[in-house]
Amino acid sequence: MVQHHQHEVVIVGAGGAGLMAALYASKAADTAVLSKLYPTRSHTGAAQGGVGAALGNLEPDKTDWHAFDTVKGADYLGDQDAIEFMCAEAVPIVYELEHMGLPFSRTKDGRIAQRRFGGHTNNETKQPVLRSCYAADRTGHMILQTLYQQCIKNKVRFYDEFHVLDLLLRDGIANGVVAVELATGDLHVFHAKAVVFATGGHGRAWEVTSNAYAYTGDGVAITMRRGIPAEDMEFFQFHPTGIRRMGILITEGVRGEGGVLVNGKGERFMERYAPTVKDLASRDVVSRAMNLEIKAGNGIDGKRYLHLDMRPEIVNKYAEMDGRKNPDGTPYRVTGEQLLAKVPDIIDFARTYMNVDPITEPMPVQPTAHYAMGGIPTNMRAEVLIDSKNTVMPGLYAAGEVACVSVHGANRLGTNSLLDILVFGKEAGLRAAEYAKGAQYKPLDDDPTAFTREQLDRLLKNTGGEKVVTISEEMKVKMMDDVGVFRSEAGMSSAVDKLRELRQRYKKVSVEDQGRKFNTDLLNAWELGCLLDVALVTAAGALARQESRGAHAREDFPKRDDANWMRHTLAWLDGDAVRLDYKPVAVTKYQPMERVY
Amino acid sequence: MLVYLKIFRYNPEAGRTSPSYDTYNVEAEPTDRVLDLLEFVKAHMDGTLSFRRSCAHGVCGSDAMRINGRNYLACKVLVKDVGREITVEPILGLPVLKDMIVDMNPFFDSYKSVMPYLVNDEVPANGKERLQSIEQRERFDDTTKCILCAACTTSCPVFWADGEYTGPATIVNAHRFIFDSRDKAASERLQILSGREGAFRCRTAFNCTEACPREIHVTQAIAEVKNAVRSGVEN
Repeated sequence: MVQHHQHEVVIVGAGGAGLMAALYASKAADTAVLSKLYPTRSHTGAAQGGVGAALGNLEPDKTDWHAFDTVKGADYLGDQDAIEFMCAEAVPIVYELEHMGLPFSRTKDGRIAQRRFGGHTNNETKQPVLRSCYAADRTGHMILQTLYQQCIKNKVRFYDEFHVLDLLLRDGIANGVVAVELATGDLHVFHAKAVVFATGGHGRAWEVTSNAYAYTGDGVAITMRRGIPAEDMEFFQFHPTGIRRMGILITEGVRGEGGVLVNGKGERFMERYAPTVKDLASRDVVSRAMNLEIKAGNGIDGKRYLHLDMRPEIVNKYAEMDGRKNPDGTPYRVTGEQLLAKVPDIIDFARTYMNVDPITEPMPVQPTAHYAMGGIPTNMRAEVLIDSKNTVMPGLYAAGEVACVSVHGANRLGTNSLLDILVFGKEAGLRAAEYAKGAQYKPLDDDPTAFTREQLDRLLKNTGGEKVVTISEEMKVKMMDDVGVFRSEAGMSSAVDKLRELRQRYKKVSVEDQGRKFNTDLLNAWELGCLLDVALVTAAGALARQESRGAHAREDFPKRDDANWMRHTLAWLDGDAVRLDYKPVAVTKYQPMERVY
Repeated sequence: MLVYLKIFRYNPEAGRTSPSYDTYNVEAEPTDRVLDLLEFVKAHMDGTLSFRRSCAHGVCGSDAMRINGRNYLACKVLVKDVGREITVEPILGLPVLKDMIVDMNPFFDSYKSVMPYLVNDEVPANGKERLQSIEQRERFDDTTKCILCAACTTSCPVFWADGEYTGPATIVNAHRFIFDSRDKAASERLQILSGREGAFRCRTAFNCTEACPREIHVTQAIAEVKNAVRSGVEN
């Protein structure tokens, strides 16, 4: 049975970007939000350390410094007009969150508390600056809860546990989506004037990841299958501090509060790689340094992990060596109790999953696949772009991790993802509603669910052959080994070949559950198809890019090459073939310079 | 080590109309999450086994389950914490739809009934943040941690007997706003919770506090709300 609905604006995904879009779109237009989860299960809730904004509550800071740090962090691949816009919007949007009720941690004088984070600096002294606005180490949780609370207050229409599987187009204009209702297995057609994708990322393509099970690249895969390119997919961030083997995130805020990375010889090795800001260098820089230490045999007991040490005596020792001061000029010193108040969840995770008490022992960590800088190409109005001339697809918007504006370029700074979802979620909501008010519903095709049924029926009817878990595990290992922190021609070529093989084998994948209700077996299989598509364009884009920039580090091309490669990749997926094109980076006032921390 | 898993099954659509249990022997590490075992069974032994999960580290609230007779998040309890014989069942008091999946709508409907959002349209003229002292912020810190997993509400014997009872999670979320110095709707929320199915249905069993994976002092929060119903709020 197929049910039909009509809403002027349909938002896919209910994390921070989707909910922010919903709050703004619903003020002006009939709006519905579809999520494959309950909204409060969204992965925004796992973000920990804070949202970046140059409030200057504790020491001098400037929006311009935030913009420069972001451009530099992005290794000059970010679009500077969009970055300047985002960093300027950061200040009012953080105040807006406080007005909505977000329970930020507070300074002694009652203002929003701020902490240090990697790559965020005072541009004059070059030292780390207090810019990340936080609520303990639960900032993403508080943002997600606050936005959901506001949606309840404003009576936003939700379709919970509706998994979107297809985007509908008519004459090159978006006019709806197809979703399966998990509880019944029924297909639903949502006829819309404007569609917003806010579906998050795809870290589940890698073996060790901080990402939720739900992070399977649905948005990029669905749009690619409808002929829309993906931008800069080769740039995927490895966060330096994931819990060993499990990949669970340990916030950079731990290092912001004074924690340090230590190798098997007991050395604080980051001072050799980033002499000025040390442990608070950009994430790509720190993850590479960790891999080099491990490769040199300097892992803990020679193994493939390192220590993140936040014991108060260690924090205080290095704070004294670095001459770190509080904003009032007194020497920076911490106690175990103060650290517990600053990062309580981290201490809980360490105790639960590692049986380690971080106040008395160092934590075993390794880099973990964390964040997609690439995604659906958009401009700073969250409009989706379909070619290298930046042609807009009418009626289609994207925001948050699924989108590539690009404000993160080749490497995102910590705290800028929460900022991105707020600023561009809001833009998407405003623009989608504005467009919808001036547009008519474009007629649907005769059989709008045909492509969805074709995909699901094949999975249901296949017998024997391949198992989801086998293909999934082979993909994750290959991506980790060959499309990870360090890359080479041979490794990436073999990854492209392997992913082509896996996509062939995926055609024979079968599912055991033949029911309609909550058929998670079927949907897990469908999600694997998304991950394989996304992984293939990631590997193909990476193989083609013959330079090292941000998170894309090649052993065979170790230098950044601005003359040939200061440009965005666009990738189209045609069957098994990946077609690549390129477009220029928007530059305002920041000319590329050598990147040192 | 070999773990003996006993898993609740219910799926009327596939003919499993009365609840029963399937058993699986699974090779596991003591540090594996119970969720890892369920994922293993689903991937390798029985694809029809159904349960919700997402973040897999205790912050999204999808996978509240009854494990060896008490509520946990399956992703936040390790094999070494529950032993080699592990019984997994759906949380109690909400209609079971399929295996460990329950109907969450009554839970969220209750949550929405207490105005779970800040009420205060006044903002500083300079457009900046409202001021709140560290002490004022600390007053409601504990209840901001709630992830709406329903582990508390579905551990409550009053809720098992009376599905109309608003339940601990709803009171926790009311508490989060009632004791926020910036909020202006405490009296309306207290009015809602003073009713027959409100805070005074709590019999102080402390099950909720034991069940909370976020270690919120749920019973204490309920007691503070009861006191506020009687004698008002001092912020």
